[in-house]
Amino acid sequence: MGEAAVTGVAAGADPASRLELARGLLRRMEDRSAAVRPVATPEADGRVLPVAEPLARLLPAGGLRRGSAVALPAVPGATSLLLALLAEASAGGAWVGVVGRPELGLLAAAEAGVRLERLALVPHPGTDLMAVTVALLDGMDVVAVSGADRAGVRAADRQRLAARARQRGAVLLALGPWPGADVELHCVDAQWQGLGAGAGRLRSRRVRVQLKGRGAAPGGRTAGLLLPAPGGAVAGAAGSVTTGRSGVADVGRLGEDRPAVRAAAG
Amino acid sequence: MSVSTRVLALWSPDWPVTAAALAAHVPSHRPAAVIVANRVLACSAVARSHGVRRGLRRREAQARCPELVVLDRDRDRDARAFEPVVAAIEELAPGVEIVRPGLVALAAQGPVGWFGGEQAAAEKLVDQVAARTSVECQVGVADGLFAAVLAARRGLAVAPGDTPAFLAPLGVEELDREPDVDRSELVGLLRRLGLRSLGALAALDPEDVASRFGADAVLCHRLARGLDPRPPVRRRPSEELAVEIELDPPVDRVDAAAFAARGLAERLHRTLAGHGLSCTRLGVAARTVEGEELHRIWRCAEPLTPAGTVDRVRWQLDAWLTRSARSRSRMASAQLTSAEADERASSPAEGGPGAVSRLRLVPEETVTAGALQLGLWGDVGEADERAGRALVRVQALLGPESVVTAVLVGGRDPAEQVRLVPWGDDRKLELAVPGEESGPVAPSAVGAGEAGCAGSSGGVAPAGNAGSVGGAGLARGADLAGRAASSVGGVGSVAGAPGAVAGGSAEPGSLRSAAPAGWPEDVVRRTGRVSAADVDTHANESVPSTKGRSTNRRRRVPTPRRSTGRTAVREPPPSWPGRLPAPSPATVPPQPLPAELVDVTGSPVRLTAPDLLSAPPHQVMVDGGRPRAVQGWAGPWPLHQRWWAPGGAEGSRLQVAMDDGVALLLLARSGRWWVTGIYD
Repeated sequence: MGEAAVTGVAAGADPASRLELARGLLRRMEDRSAAVRPVATPEADGRVLPVAEPLARLLPAGGLRRGSAVALPAVPGATSLLLALLAEASAGGAWVGVVGRPELGLLAAAEAGVRLERLALVPHPGTDLMAVTVALLDGMDVVAVSGADRAGVRAADRQRLAARARQRGAVLLALGPWPGADVELHCVDAQWQGLGAGAGRLRSRRVRVQLKGRGAAPGGRTAGLLLPAPGGAVAGAAGSVTTGRSGVADVGRLGEDRPAVRAAAG
Repeated sequence: MSVSTRVLALWSPDWPVTAAALAAHVPSHRPAAVIVANRVLACSAVARSHGVRRGLRRREAQARCPELVVLDRDRDRDARAFEPVVAAIEELAPGVEIVRPGLVALAAQGPVGWFGGEQAAAEKLVDQVAARTSVECQVGVADGLFAAVLAARRGLAVAPGDTPAFLAPLGVEELDREPDVDRSELVGLLRRLGLRSLGALAALDPEDVASRFGADAVLCHRLARGLDPRPPVRRRPSEELAVEIELDPPVDRVDAAAFAARGLAERLHRTLAGHGLSCTRLGVAARTVEGEELHRIWRCAEPLTPAGTVDRVRWQLDAWLTRSARSRSRMASAQLTSAEADERASSPAEGGPGAVSRLRLVPEETVTAGALQLGLWGDVGEADERAGRALVRVQALLGPESVVTAVLVGGRDPAEQVRLVPWGDDRKLELAVPGEESGPVAPSAVGAGEAGCAGSSGGVAPAGNAGSVGGAGLARGADLAGRAASSVGGVGSVAGAPGAVAGGSAEPGSLRSAAPAGWPEDVVRRTGRVSAADVDTHANESVPSTKGRSTNRRRRVPTPRRSTGRTAVREPPPSWPGRLPAPSPATVPPQPLPAELVDVTGSPVRLTAPDLLSAPPHQVMVDGGRPRAVQGWAGPWPLHQRWWAPGGAEGSRLQVAMDDGVALLLLARSGRWWVTGIYD
């Protein structure tokens, strides 16, 4: 029926109305399928945990998709990126667990916007890293795991954790190598600003965050960010989101305005 | 007139000192005194023999007895330490009243009749207390509590009916011996009137006493006549609330143990409900077949429900049984789900040794069932409950201390601004100076004192040394130093000192609350206040600023903080001048890592002064790693704090950015560089 309607209209109407019609059909189909089959995950409505706006433009789903695994390889800037990813979700009421990271800078976390009362730390899981992570995935919205390679987590364990995250609708953030992650975020070209030869102080860091994985272009996407911006949060840099190797998407004006405001505030 | 009952009083001399010395592990041969408000409150017998007396100034006491150990007073500790003494007495004689820590009273009738005489009873009690708790005490028997206490101080047994005669020669000062009641005024008055002994007071007519001196004097008059206002209030021994179950045959499977735990938990809650109590700390104890005693205490922010108790017992047993199973069978793979754990624990290979033969639940801390009121808003939601259960489960695996949440407290270094609290504990910490457990100095006052030091040194240094390192750009530190200097006044005003009011500050009746200029920007933002610096500017322009930004660039005398009823913010955090401004390092090593700084020639960079480097740094090596090129640096900023404490946290801080996009926070202390923060 839907097909007939589309072809029927397609004969005469302009492309815009055709597109509108197709969208309406798609929405109806989605609504119907949602009504028939209840979604298994506990939070069917909040499928995507929000992230700060400059990162949202980079991530394929516009946020941290529940049930996904995100890898943050251990390069300079990874910890700041982790905190930036956690901030918005934590401020929105999500619970965050961090396993195996005793050296996490909690003051920086608070500055980034993470709510510390909803941030639980298991600094020294020892050999029980897997069991702890599984237990946390049961109850937390986001679980960040660090030192998985040190604890001897194998590929099968990683798959089990990813499956558990998918089943529970939690987000698994892995600090360090994590083959098989849905999305991998990589900081490159990190550059601190505000420090001269004996003068100033650290104010912000310009980095380019590269995204690879599902839902992104084959060559990956890149965004220029201030991580952290003056004050500790994340902000968009004057750069842009690049898709693939050549194309330049329009992130535009907002991204250019923000650092100026921030700099004045700091 | 009622006849006073015979009362036996048992008195341990100088109890505050005894308890404090026990807690501080001061040997009994050393003179010790508890000093409150610079006066000796109590001193030990050894100290007394050196001439230390109650009420002496601290300095004088120390002059008379230089090796005097000065101890702090802690009423809770006194009471806690006295509990074993009371328990020891209760073994022999029920119905004990704790008059105060150090002094108990009991009806003499029972023990005297049982042990066959007052002398025998007294000896028995003294021996019992000495044997059980190694605490010396004295016993007195008399008619009525007051006389019994006085008799105990003298170690006397006053014969029945002799109490007025016993009291008569004693001085009226005896009325003022109780630390909780201050009768010095009445005693002084009586002495000035010539009533120097209790007998003289007792000879007065009760009506005259009442009309001249008032109600308290009537009570004293009754005491002086040997009439007791009341009999001892018998202490009710604490109820036995613990429940226990013998598991026969021993249980080595989690599901079976959990089944037993369910019945046990229900019994516990029935008992608690019968006493109108609910439990906030639960002790789970088990004994294995091997005779091993396992015990762990669970803290809970809110009272445990039966289901919550069952869950905790189950998780605890799961952890114990799984662990013993794992240690036996050396399973390398990690445990995944509780279902798997059950399987493993119930696999037939393992037999008795880890099995639990007895299970015991002890409510370690109880509250009255109605006393805990849940908040009107912010009730525990479903997601919070789920998260809480997950965390409690991790605690069962690793121990209660293994899951922590962070609370931000005052401090200057990134590490000392974070306090970790085990999950389930109260997150509301008092804002204390980190590392300063003792000392009566208020934190804010300390902050102000340090601010003066840090501010002055930081402010002077750059000017004095500007030319000494050629062209190294030594206009450094201006930002931090300015912050520190400008916030001196801020701390002062927070502390309530009458700081100078800026001339052109906001109009006095203004509802707008100004933050002291020293507050860091984030604090100002968090508290929703307008910076004082901005208030000044806008007040002069007579343009009401709707949204102020803190710039902190100018040094202004801040306006004193006004308390307004408008903002519902909590008490603002102290500003901690000299702390590093945001952004903070994203990685804070638990222990500082050693680092080496070298200059272009390869020789190490040192501090020639607290705020002066010997040469511009060129490369940095962290913890013996590969050398990395320094791209930019700032500092060193001297840090002056806690100079009064041994091992105080003084040093100089330096920020170093490296070419790979990582920056380090370095601290020069004891002749070398340490990494205290990594801007990762």
